Amino acid sequence: MTVAPKREDYDVVVIGAGPAGLAAAATSAEAGLSTLLLDENIGPGGQVFRAISSTPVTDRNQLGADYWVGADLVQALRASNAEVIHRATVWSLDRNLDIAVSIGGASAFVKAKRVILATGALERPFPIPGWTLPGVMTAGAAQTMLKSSALVPDGRTVIAGQGPLLWLLAAQILRLGGRIDRILDTTERGNYFAALPHAFAFLTSPYFAKGLSMMREVKAKVQVVSGVTELAASGDGQLAGVSYVAGGKRDTIPADLLLLHQGVVPNVNLAMSAGIEHRWDDLQLCWSPVLDASCGSSVAGIAIAGDGAGIGGANAAVVRGRIAARAAVEALAPAAAAKLAPMATLRSDLAKAERGRLFLDTLFRPAPQFRIPSGDTIVCRCEEVTAKDVLDSVAIGATGPNQLKAYRRTGMGPCQGRLCGLTVTELMAQARGKTPQEIGYYRLRAPVKPITLAELAAVPKSEADVKAVVRG
Amino acid sequence: MFRRSEQDKRPQVQIFVDGVAVAARQGDTVSAALLASGVDARRSTAVSGAPRLPYCMMGVCFDCLVTIDGVGNRQGCLVPVAEGMQVEIQKGKREIGR
Repeated sequence: MTVAPKREDYDVVVIGAGPAGLAAAATSAEAGLSTLLLDENIGPGGQVFRAISSTPVTDRNQLGADYWVGADLVQALRASNAEVIHRATVWSLDRNLDIAVSIGGASAFVKAKRVILATGALERPFPIPGWTLPGVMTAGAAQTMLKSSALVPDGRTVIAGQGPLLWLLAAQILRLGGRIDRILDTTERGNYFAALPHAFAFLTSPYFAKGLSMMREVKAKVQVVSGVTELAASGDGQLAGVSYVAGGKRDTIPADLLLLHQGVVPNVNLAMSAGIEHRWDDLQLCWSPVLDASCGSSVAGIAIAGDGAGIGGANAAVVRGRIAARAAVEALAPAAAAKLAPMATLRSDLAKAERGRLFLDTLFRPAPQFRIPSGDTIVCRCEEVTAKDVLDSVAIGATGPNQLKAYRRTGMGPCQGRLCGLTVTELMAQARGKTPQEIGYYRLRAPVKPITLAELAAVPKSEADVKAVVRG
Repeated sequence: MFRRSEQDKRPQVQIFVDGVAVAARQGDTVSAALLASGVDARRSTAVSGAPRLPYCMMGVCFDCLVTIDGVGNRQGCLVPVAEGMQVEIQKGKREIGR
């Protein structure tokens, strides 16, 4: 089952088979470039089109038309000559465009003339008291199980947070006959006013009507509490209850499953480890790469497409994938670019796909208390470091996330900061009276996913490699 | 916590969890199969021994770590089930040689 790449060199290597990666690889291969698509999951689709080729949910209405768009992308990819490898974890990418990838417990190395990173997004950390308890998961986790295994919540289920995905998930769970006891909406009241100036663009985007009808569908069946300003999970070794404050009133409800969601943020690990410059985005409250109009990054030859380039949603991801791929074709095989959609058309498609984004970003900008925890709330899930631990370290001299590693090991566990990095940056920025940009982020390095020493030791070595580390 | 929708017609696959036979479906990840099975799949952390279940199901959080066919620290959410697969709930850190 484990298949190594067929060649050592490719014109284009695309990393990630979500909407951006599927579109990029198909475009690049159609133009005749040798193209390799590497993806960590079992099948194509990324998160938004998860299990698109294998889902047991056969009633197309249940997952919705926006999901099935993914099937066309997969078909276009399969019709192209792109080489595709799944269950392939890229663990290193450097400035020379050398890529190390782990497939079935063995590492392979390929070199690219152009790399398109389509590593997408992950859910923003939601560090509330008790968020490490068994029974507390992300909304995306529940959606992954729903799409790939037709699994639905059946115990007492609470969904808490905000954003479009939360309502989509709730609608999908209900359509599949799953159970939701209550939805706790954490959208800040002030955000409605702040978002108002951007409402027109949103009203004229396709998201508006869809979003509204989905919220109506859910609200007809589930009790929704809005204006939630505090949230905590409790239980002894297992989730037992969720307590919250809304409108100044505290309530606690028994629960077996709590699904959390407050938006998604770029998955920056591979891009940052390659040395790509990122800036703090004060609206989306995350790190976004600095890119040119063709998705090119600060490292020559590496482009970033999809939500890894800044959150834009699935439609924008597809267009960005095509833009990045077209730029690669223009550079490597200019004559073939004539076959592809013109850049001007793609850029106008992108503007259309991004319509209304500013409204969503402003409305669903998470409240500070749900991003910057205090006291005993765990910040780093892997190393079990609390907010108080971080603040104590700041008090005795830790200046930023990298110094904090030496004090507390934050970000040094297996997730490599993916679930604590943003929290640590914002928490330290607040404690030190600095901006997140000034505080910075973890210095990320290969391997960006853990691999075994045995796998590293089995990597082919030249005589010079051995000489460099052997004494005498 | 979770149950299977009736429309799921995928063939069954039998895996073993700490030696006990568990019915999964073809295409399930190990983590999805564990959560669907109703068995107590809580691992315990390497640092404090606190109980955990999968959090993200997309390869990011590492709270789904399990021992699969004798190899520890596997991300259960990224590995598909296979007939006869031996899954062990991992307590604490990965052991040397596993």
